[in-house]
Amino acid sequence: MSQVENRHSELGLSDEQVLEMYRTMLLARKIDERMWLLNRAGKIPFVISCQGQEAAQIGASYALNLDKDYVAPYYRDLGVVLAFGMTTRELFLAAFAKAEDPNSGGRQMPGHFGQKKNRILTGSSPVTTQLPHAVGIALAAKMDGENIASFVTLGEGSSNQGDFHEGLNFAGVQKLPVITMVENNKYAISVPLERQIASASVADRGVAYGMPGYQVNGNDPLEVYGVVKEAHERAMNGEGPTLIEAMTERLTAHSSDDNDKAYRSAEEIEEMKKKDSLISFAQYLRDVGVLTEEKEQALNKEIDDEINQATDEAENAPYAEPEDALKYVYAEEGGE
Amino acid sequence: MAVEKVEMPQLGESVTEGTISSWLVGVGDQVNKYDPIAEVMTDKVNAEVPSSFTGKITELVASEGDTIEVGGLIAYIDVEGSDGGSEASSGSGEQANESAEEPSQASQDQSMKKRYSPAVLKLAQENDIDLNQVEGSGKGGRITRKDVEAVIASGQVPQASTATSEPQVASQQQPSQPAQSTQPSSPSPAPSAAQGDVEVPVSGVRKAIAQNMVKSTTEIPHAWMTVEVDVTNLVKLRDQKKDEFKQKEGYSLTYFAFFVKAVAQALKEFPELNSMWAEDKIIQKKDINLSIAVASDNQLFVPVIKHADDKSVKGIAKDIVELAGKARDGKLTNDDMSGGTFTVNNTGSFGSVQSMGVINHPQAAILQVESIVKRPVYMDGMFAARDMVNLCLSLDHRVLDGLICGQFLQRVKSILESMNDDNTSIY
Amino acid sequence: MAVMSYIQAVTSALKDEMERDDSVFVLGEDVGQKGGVFKATEGLYDQFGESRVMDTPLTESAIAGVGIGAAMYGKRPVAEMQFADFIMPAVNQIISEASRIRYRSNNDWHCPMVIRAPYGGGVHGALYHSQSVEAVFANQPGLKIVMPSTPYDVKGLLKAAIRDDDPVLFFEHKRAYRLIKGEVPDDDYVLPIGKADVKRDGDDITVITYGLGVHFALEAAEKLEEEGISAHILDLRTVYPLDQEAIIEAAKKTGKVLLVTEDNKEGSIMSEVSAIISENCLFDLDSPVQRLAGPDVPSMPYAPTMEKYFMINPDKLEKAMRELAEF
Repeated sequence: MSQVENRHSELGLSDEQVLEMYRTMLLARKIDERMWLLNRAGKIPFVISCQGQEAAQIGASYALNLDKDYVAPYYRDLGVVLAFGMTTRELFLAAFAKAEDPNSGGRQMPGHFGQKKNRILTGSSPVTTQLPHAVGIALAAKMDGENIASFVTLGEGSSNQGDFHEGLNFAGVQKLPVITMVENNKYAISVPLERQIASASVADRGVAYGMPGYQVNGNDPLEVYGVVKEAHERAMNGEGPTLIEAMTERLTAHSSDDNDKAYRSAEEIEEMKKKDSLISFAQYLRDVGVLTEEKEQALNKEIDDEINQATDEAENAPYAEPEDALKYVYAEEGGE
Repeated sequence: MAVEKVEMPQLGESVTEGTISSWLVGVGDQVNKYDPIAEVMTDKVNAEVPSSFTGKITELVASEGDTIEVGGLIAYIDVEGSDGGSEASSGSGEQANESAEEPSQASQDQSMKKRYSPAVLKLAQENDIDLNQVEGSGKGGRITRKDVEAVIASGQVPQASTATSEPQVASQQQPSQPAQSTQPSSPSPAPSAAQGDVEVPVSGVRKAIAQNMVKSTTEIPHAWMTVEVDVTNLVKLRDQKKDEFKQKEGYSLTYFAFFVKAVAQALKEFPELNSMWAEDKIIQKKDINLSIAVASDNQLFVPVIKHADDKSVKGIAKDIVELAGKARDGKLTNDDMSGGTFTVNNTGSFGSVQSMGVINHPQAAILQVESIVKRPVYMDGMFAARDMVNLCLSLDHRVLDGLICGQFLQRVKSILESMNDDNTSIY
Repeated sequence: MAVMSYIQAVTSALKDEMERDDSVFVLGEDVGQKGGVFKATEGLYDQFGESRVMDTPLTESAIAGVGIGAAMYGKRPVAEMQFADFIMPAVNQIISEASRIRYRSNNDWHCPMVIRAPYGGGVHGALYHSQSVEAVFANQPGLKIVMPSTPYDVKGLLKAAIRDDDPVLFFEHKRAYRLIKGEVPDDDYVLPIGKADVKRDGDDITVITYGLGVHFALEAAEKLEEEGISAHILDLRTVYPLDQEAIIEAAKKTGKVLLVTEDNKEGSIMSEVSAIISENCLFDLDSPVQRLAGPDVPSMPYAPTMEKYFMINPDKLEKAMRELAEF
């Protein structure tokens, strides 16, 4: 079996850890697929996918301190929030807009994550606004002498917004422990990369803000893990921020309301699917003997059961009362 | 040569004052424009202040350490070669005095007297206040909320129920008075004159007539009835007497005098028609004062024959002549025109045979005496040529009904038809 | 009791709160060593050091956005926008983010942040150093907008804003900075956000305004008092959300209401105040509700003639107040 080089040991990852990473990637993929089914069945109005970006999301997340670090995710980061502690049930509660949804209590569309107990900052739809927030978290933690990192993700399309540049420059000037990962899936809805960015890469922009910029293969969770791990060490050592560009694929249309056949060829989509990290990472784990057929079957069953149960529970969970729409505009009288 | 003022400049956007930290010049020093003259310290900056003039410093008004507000005087400078006409102050000299008082021409304007605000209406309703009796202190005579509050506070609330006839009757206006009617003008837009049209300005009298006519026709529900009277005998009577009368009295004995006499007599028996509407009651007047319409040029006057019931035909004829003469000469007095209780209108003088008079507010009726015309009338089994006249009555239907008016007209008719040489005295 | 200027009250409130609570810090352009372009943060850098009195790059969106992040972490940032006119790049952060954080997270996160900005005209500041920008933000539930008129109110309300658990825009009239002086108690006091304040009692007409307009109204009222006209003056102090109760009470008091703002007229704060009055006070009104405001042109020009034409001033208020009294 073991003809293949064991890359994860070199990175300091145990077999259990890589299996856990694979499990989270698979869980993210299967949750996402279920949501598409629910959407096409008319049960939930909207889906926006993580498919094709799980490797980057989970590779990066597991390189962080998941008990202390903060994350400001963007709308595709289903894998990231799973890694930070959000549960399958909670994600389906959000998809069904139920009262118990921890992200927003059914107020926001799916993909607008936020959960204070897991240090997941609340997000909005205007893109890139979360980047200065992550910088603010890092600034505040530094003031308090807390040695933590602030992790922020966004798409490459968002890297053209002012807040990307203002936020990175601020982090660079103040040498803040901010790790910015651009998940470059090569499309801003329908606009391809070459019509978005003039520089050779997004990573190149790091130098302008006084930080290193790395481009990595986002379909390889171990490569992403390695780069983010290094960035995290820089952050912990007070060496300032890092910009990482993870090259990923967007295996679905932009959202459930988009038809990507209008701007992508069938060949391109076929080609892309060959790069699917779920396939390649599973193969690696099989090759290094971490993933056996029995384990794989058990894992699939376990995840399917978890998803079936979460779907049923979320579907049957109550909505918020209509008048709850009036709550929490300001702090309630008498404190939080 | 002229002395110019040196003022504290504004040194920064929010700065409102500056402190002279030191003078760089003294009295008698010659300075050129833009030479520094003082060091000034403000909250935002420390700066050398340059002179705005070339000349000789004559006085340092502010001392070192003084804090002077922006625009405040700090020194005088004698400027050479200047006529002194220039603007001394660097700031905005012009003081657009928009707030200068506008003379109060509001005092007699009453156009807003009956425009009530929601607050005024509410207070009036809650306190049963008759707003007609409240003086307005607002613009255009508008009654303000404070006016009403003052009335309430005074404890003397004028109520509609206690208003009674007094003010109603006392305030009656004759159409001849070019008075300040409070009637709001017609709400419909006025027509504009086309090319070639002649625009006749509306005189005060015409305006008063117009307003009174509007008031009469909008306020009074009019009804009409007409009787036909055979005055053949009256015509004979008058023909017999007229020459002698003219010779003796110096003025004509008109038919109209007989009609007025007959109406006065009938009104004595039907006081219902000698009355007026007073909102919650009808007032029957004791005196019978008959208004008669007298036209002059484009003006219409309605003088009054007082106590017509006490007067002979001759007396009435005399009043008519005198009042008509005064109207023509513009000499009618207020007294001549006030106190009318019923109007008799000599429309026959215009050749009219039928008309619908507009009641002279606040009276209850008006009688139009039409032209006397000879007509074949079937009587006593044959046609005869008779002198016939139509009497057209307009009545205030709030006060009067057809029955009583019919009876009244029948009475007038019978008086007139029975007038003849035997029973009718001119004197 | 000390007499201090409007801007000294700002500095004093910041100093007190930074001494009281370590989580309070100041960030903005030139707020550090220079002490702010208007000197509002003067002395704070020396007392609290550069980490709590932080000079930032010229980057309004990040000043707001970084502040939001720090607030979510648990700090109480006080961000300064150098001029209210320059707040526009930060509008997305303020409206899409700060104002919605509590609501969109179902009360999970909140954003206790203050954004201070000098606003207002009459200082030869032309189009981009004179504007009133409150109306841009005054229909964003989740935000509070405070616009004080006196040093006493400045100190009490700025302290309240810093202690508030939600984002507060704190607009300071830059002409008032050194023009307006007043007594300020030495003790630690806060004033309630969301409450208007009667600055003068009267019974002929009601003037509702805020900021510098309050002083113009008071000045005009003194003159009119000699003519026997008694003006009631309500200072809104918080322009969003509005103190509806106080507005209704003040409007009903005289039934003749003049609303004054130096902002452009259409869509101003006063448009909303007028709507509140018409919804609630019809049967107490004795005149149409009047607004005195800037003309509907983008902002006030630089030339003194045109600036003066745009700006409200005591003479314009006096005229409008007299006309209303005479109505």
